[in-house]
Amino acid sequence: MAEMTIATPPTTTAPPGETPGKAPRGGRRKAAVRRIRRRLVHLLIVLIAVTFLSFVVIDLLPGDAAVVVAGDNATPAQVAQVRIDLGLDRPMIVRYVDWLGGVVTGDLGRSFRTGQPVTEALAQRIPVTFELTIIAQVLALLIAVPLAIYSAYRPGRFVDRTSMTIGFGAAAMPQFVFGMVLIVVFAGGLTSILPATGYTSFFTDPLDNLRTIILPCLTLMIAEAAVYRQLLRSDMISTLQEDYILMARSKGLGPRTILLRHALRPSSFSLITLSGVNIGRLLGGTVIVETLFAIPGLGQMIVQAVFNRDYMLLQGGLLFVAVAYVVINMIIDLLYLVLDPRVRRDA
Amino acid sequence: MRPTTPTAEKAPTTTDTTTGRHARREGFEDGALLTVDDVHVRFHTRNGVVHAVEGVSMALSEGEVLAVVGESGSGKTVFTRRVMGLISGSRDTDVEGTVTFDGIRLSELDAKGLSKVWGKEIALVLQDPMTSLNPVKRIGTQITETLRLHQNLTKQDANARAVELLRSVGLSEPERRVRQYPHELSGGMRQRVTIAIALSCSPRLLLADEPTTALDVTVQAQILDLLGDLQSRLGMAMLLVTHDLRVVRSRSDRIAVMYAGRIVETAATKDLFDAPRMPYTEALMNAVPPITGPNHVRLAVIPGRPPDLLAPPKGCRFSPRCPYAQDRCLTEEPPLRDAAELPGGATGDHSFRCWYPVGTAENVEARRVNVERGETAAGTPVTGEMVPA
Repeated sequence: MAEMTIATPPTTTAPPGETPGKAPRGGRRKAAVRRIRRRLVHLLIVLIAVTFLSFVVIDLLPGDAAVVVAGDNATPAQVAQVRIDLGLDRPMIVRYVDWLGGVVTGDLGRSFRTGQPVTEALAQRIPVTFELTIIAQVLALLIAVPLAIYSAYRPGRFVDRTSMTIGFGAAAMPQFVFGMVLIVVFAGGLTSILPATGYTSFFTDPLDNLRTIILPCLTLMIAEAAVYRQLLRSDMISTLQEDYILMARSKGLGPRTILLRHALRPSSFSLITLSGVNIGRLLGGTVIVETLFAIPGLGQMIVQAVFNRDYMLLQGGLLFVAVAYVVINMIIDLLYLVLDPRVRRDA
Repeated sequence: MRPTTPTAEKAPTTTDTTTGRHARREGFEDGALLTVDDVHVRFHTRNGVVHAVEGVSMALSEGEVLAVVGESGSGKTVFTRRVMGLISGSRDTDVEGTVTFDGIRLSELDAKGLSKVWGKEIALVLQDPMTSLNPVKRIGTQITETLRLHQNLTKQDANARAVELLRSVGLSEPERRVRQYPHELSGGMRQRVTIAIALSCSPRLLLADEPTTALDVTVQAQILDLLGDLQSRLGMAMLLVTHDLRVVRSRSDRIAVMYAGRIVETAATKDLFDAPRMPYTEALMNAVPPITGPNHVRLAVIPGRPPDLLAPPKGCRFSPRCPYAQDRCLTEEPPLRDAAELPGGATGDHSFRCWYPVGTAENVEARRVNVERGETAAGTPVTGEMVPA
């Protein structure tokens, strides 16, 4: 959908032998503003493309929303009335422009089915998915980064081989299978220390919130952690071959300093990129996990909206997914500025 | 000085009661700062064993400049890294021989012991300044981390010292440079920075591995002059590795010529240039275009390529490319011979590996034989004018 907005790692070779220009004091801020501006233009284009496309696709789908909404026992006259009520009798393009006008004023319409304002439905669902996504990402990175660093430091040794085997196993297993394994182990099978389904909001009961999201987060994170470890490990191994690492060693710096202060940052660009893509993807819904653990998140909402032909709700969900994707990539793009001073000049 | 000098690894020639730097130095034979004895480095690769350094020995006194000269692939880089301890024995690397620095057996130190010497007593300058500085760290940080590690300076003191160091290596506006990143500097400026880093803790030995090879010709001379200047001002010893004999003629006290992992000739710089004994040294000299010669003359080229270290030639390693090669050269490897044995023998410490050393009757005879049959014993074509008689 939004491949064109994926942040790309910086291409970073200052032309050799070039005499230095003036030092970019504050060049970082200027570059940041330039990037944000470019991304915002991007955002607009992506949003229009995504929402229009989904309108077209929904329109082409077999099945009539009015029939579904009116119910099984409705007469043709009732169906026709529902169609007029929902505005579905108008041409697609008119409905799209109408909807777009609403978006600009912050009105995303109402759910066909429940009559609930779409903004309200989103406000209920987004925090849930957001919490899952962020916690799963943080967990994945917390596990993957130290393992990757150590594996790169001692490649082919115990830690490297073990984490690779476990990681590949986990990544190869379908998500719902891993989720079910967790349920069997922790929620009703071997032990019953965690709930298998349901969700409690953080603001209702923080501790219960934690208990309800542990298993879904673990399910989401395992495959990602495996991929992150593999990626950072191989980037780090090639960084460790660099002359500047040899130079750092020859200064007498210890392995900890070299790995963390010298090698980690230049090795992390592809990890950051991938992590950004993943966050964007997960925010768009973690359907399988939300379904498995009965979590009222965005993914569940979107899937239900499709089944119910609840096009207004669906449209609102897709809008959020697109915005989230572009915004996350914008943040990643800005992170490159912080991480790699070389990016500040080109662009 | 750090109170915890690794005493356990001291060479046998030192007495155990000496702990200070000067006491140790006095206790050491010949006052040599660095002694390398019979160093071997072998890499086990998929294709076989590469014998990159084979039985190299040398000694370097305080304040002396020793140039190690050889083509690429001669093992000179591996040798320097082994001297420093950057290459150590592992699953696929065999090392042999001893390296002694100021009474400390470097070759027996572990990583922790070595890191106390690295950057502080022995420093390294690499070939390509475009890759030897960390691209994502400020230049100031890359200098101060060494200072803060080895000299326990405060942040402010280290920063002030970094500025001072950058000024001493001839960088303009050092206060601004410390805040810059490597990509904002030119190649020559970057090499000045790496030299500043290397010299930050006033090391007693500097290993410079082709420090100017990656630079523009005009910048090369500047960097070499800077190195020479700093070396004599600080009185440090320097191991200057290069493939370019011109570079070292006026900038070294001694020269060791390496070929295929071995030292093939070593002498005081003047003696070597006055009377090279090993045909390879002679060939290297002939490959340098004479300043006073006519223009557009074909340069003397050493035929063939450096030998494959996976399967080095039998006998003398240089024999396949040597214009004087005889049957004996193909089967029997010449030992390091003392030039003093030769008629009209050299003064001082001059040794070489050759059965038919340049400047002797045997050499003239060997050449005559080869010119007559049109090729050497190894089958390399020889023409009459190949080596000016």
